[in-house]
Amino acid sequence: MAGAKAQTTTNFRERLAQRTQHGDSIFWAVTLFFALAVIALVVAIGWVTWNDSALARERFGIGFFASSEWNPVETEVSPESFGAVPAIVGTLISSLIALILAAPIAVGIGIFLAELCPLSLRTPLSFMVELLAAIPSVIYGVWGVMVFAPFFTQHVAMPLSESMREIIPWLSSSQVAAGRGLLIAGIILAIMILPTIAAITRDVLTLVPNTQREVLLALGATKWEVIWLAVVPYARAGIVGGVMLGLGRALGETMAATMLVGNRPQVPGSLLEPATTAAALIASELINAQSLLHESALVLIALTLFVITLLLNLIARLLIWFVNRGPVGSVRA
Amino acid sequence: MEETTQGSSRLLNGFAETVSPAGERVAQTATEAKIEAIGFNFYYGTFQALRNINIRIPQNRVTAIIGPSGCGKSTFLRAINRMHDRTPGARGEGQLLLGGANIYGEIDPVKLRRRVGMVFQRPNPFVKSIYENVAYGLRVQGVRDRRVIDEKVELALNRAALWDEVKDRLHKASGTALSGGQQQRLCIARAIAVDPEVVLMDEPCSALDPIATMKIEDLIHKLRANFTIVIVTHNMQQAMRVSDMTAFMLMDSATRAGELIEFSPTAELFTNPKDQRTKDYVTGRFG
Ligand SMILES: Nc1ncnc2c1ncn2[C@@H]1O[C@H](COP(=O)(O)OP(=O)(O)O)[C@@H](O)[C@H]1O
Ligand SMILES: [Mg+2]
Repeated sequence: MAGAKAQTTTNFRERLAQRTQHGDSIFWAVTLFFALAVIALVVAIGWVTWNDSALARERFGIGFFASSEWNPVETEVSPESFGAVPAIVGTLISSLIALILAAPIAVGIGIFLAELCPLSLRTPLSFMVELLAAIPSVIYGVWGVMVFAPFFTQHVAMPLSESMREIIPWLSSSQVAAGRGLLIAGIILAIMILPTIAAITRDVLTLVPNTQREVLLALGATKWEVIWLAVVPYARAGIVGGVMLGLGRALGETMAATMLVGNRPQVPGSLLEPATTAAALIASELINAQSLLHESALVLIALTLFVITLLLNLIARLLIWFVNRGPVGSVRA
Repeated sequence: MEETTQGSSRLLNGFAETVSPAGERVAQTATEAKIEAIGFNFYYGTFQALRNINIRIPQNRVTAIIGPSGCGKSTFLRAINRMHDRTPGARGEGQLLLGGANIYGEIDPVKLRRRVGMVFQRPNPFVKSIYENVAYGLRVQGVRDRRVIDEKVELALNRAALWDEVKDRLHKASGTALSGGQQQRLCIARAIAVDPEVVLMDEPCSALDPIATMKIEDLIHKLRANFTIVIVTHNMQQAMRVSDMTAFMLMDSATRAGELIEFSPTAELFTNPKDQRTKDYVTGRFG
């Protein structure tokens, strides 16, 4: 009886060993497959947008990126014509505004949560920040349209436009009343990407080893000096990564931008005038494209946005690599 | 107290007396106590890590803290420069005095740490030039005068017995490019460049090879001319080689709180321990 039991145990062991002998290689193959699938997906997106934009590319050539004409409806005075400048300019400016407004505040929030916040507040505040990051963008859009836009028009845009008329023309406009434009879109985008950057900053700061802080503390540094000389430099690559992720979200954000940017495919004369972004342009026009050429031009805009995003990520990588190379102020324990 | 023929030994014996409860302390001896704990307790939240520590650590001497791992050696060492401040729930109770002033009360933590430097277990130089590594603390503390910094860097590197090895590449080589032993001496130079009164060392040789360890031990022995040194070590030979006084700590088996069992001149603690538990430990009959 006991012998039989021992027998089955060995059998079981053997069978298990047999069954799992290929485990590593199977696991390797499966992970490789998915890793390759990701690359294939990127290639496929590039391929599809490249193919489907053939018509526009042939018609306008490189001039597409220099033209600010966006005229989907052929009339006698103006022929059907498309250019990427309004979309590119609108995308870059609104994202830049979002980044300038959000990055410093968000990094500050991250530092506060990770380094300064009393323990009893840390968990609820962190939870709230993460909650903000998870809110669908259309809700930010609704809030922007219903609540923020009227307030912004009344109390910010109008006085600003009034006072800046002679001094800074791009902060003044005669179309303020519409309450749409790159500035308000940028502000809403800033609010949207703020929690993303803050949460990532907090996460990378909590990963900084304690010895980093202790070395500086032991030299008689204050809390501030510890944060700025030891903790932040050590986590710098991660913080830049978080900011880039925020920027990526701002560049591609469609819903809130569509609702607040004004959807006027022209290069605006001012931040307070209706304009457009690449994502907003595609979202608002693709479903009822007027012609094959119109559709193809929109796909080409998509390809452009894709390339811009890739380029910015590449630049961010280079920046991180460059920053981490030289003799820098971080401690490596 | 047993009369000893050697003068310095008698002097140090004065400190040994203080292991007995604070109230029964004998009169102050000639050498001043740099650091003094009177009924000091330390807690991590509800867990008591140190109980009723009474010790008088003499100035310009090397004091070693030995004991099995987990008995609270690091906890006590780090309490001296309030390294626990960032740890939630960690708090000291009772009196821990630096030059007579309470570390957990009267002294501002930043000022305290300027007087009490620290060297860590693993060498941790900054990714900066050798010169900048040593100058870092001075810069943090607001020294701007180039000549003063030059002088102090040279002095600190000399005291750390590193000057001759690095003087040709002060600005060229990164602190992290040095060997492990050199890195640790660089960290010692960095700690002493700011002229602390006390230097705390938590197992400073545990990541080093025997030759590098020997150099550091020599160095520690010399440094006591200018600094009060408290060193935690798990290596009893090391404690015998470098220290004047040795404190033996043990964890109470029931409450897991660390206690100071015996504090005596090093030679005496190892050859003629008063407490049976110390005897068991130093003769290796104890975990
Ligand atoms: N940050 C901490 N939080 C909670 N308990 C701790 C912490 N650090 C150390 N301890 C506990 O305190 C006791 C003493 O630790 P430590 O001082 O590191 O011992 P040693 O340095 O003598 O090995 C141990 O039981 C350890 O588990
Ligand atoms: Mg320890």
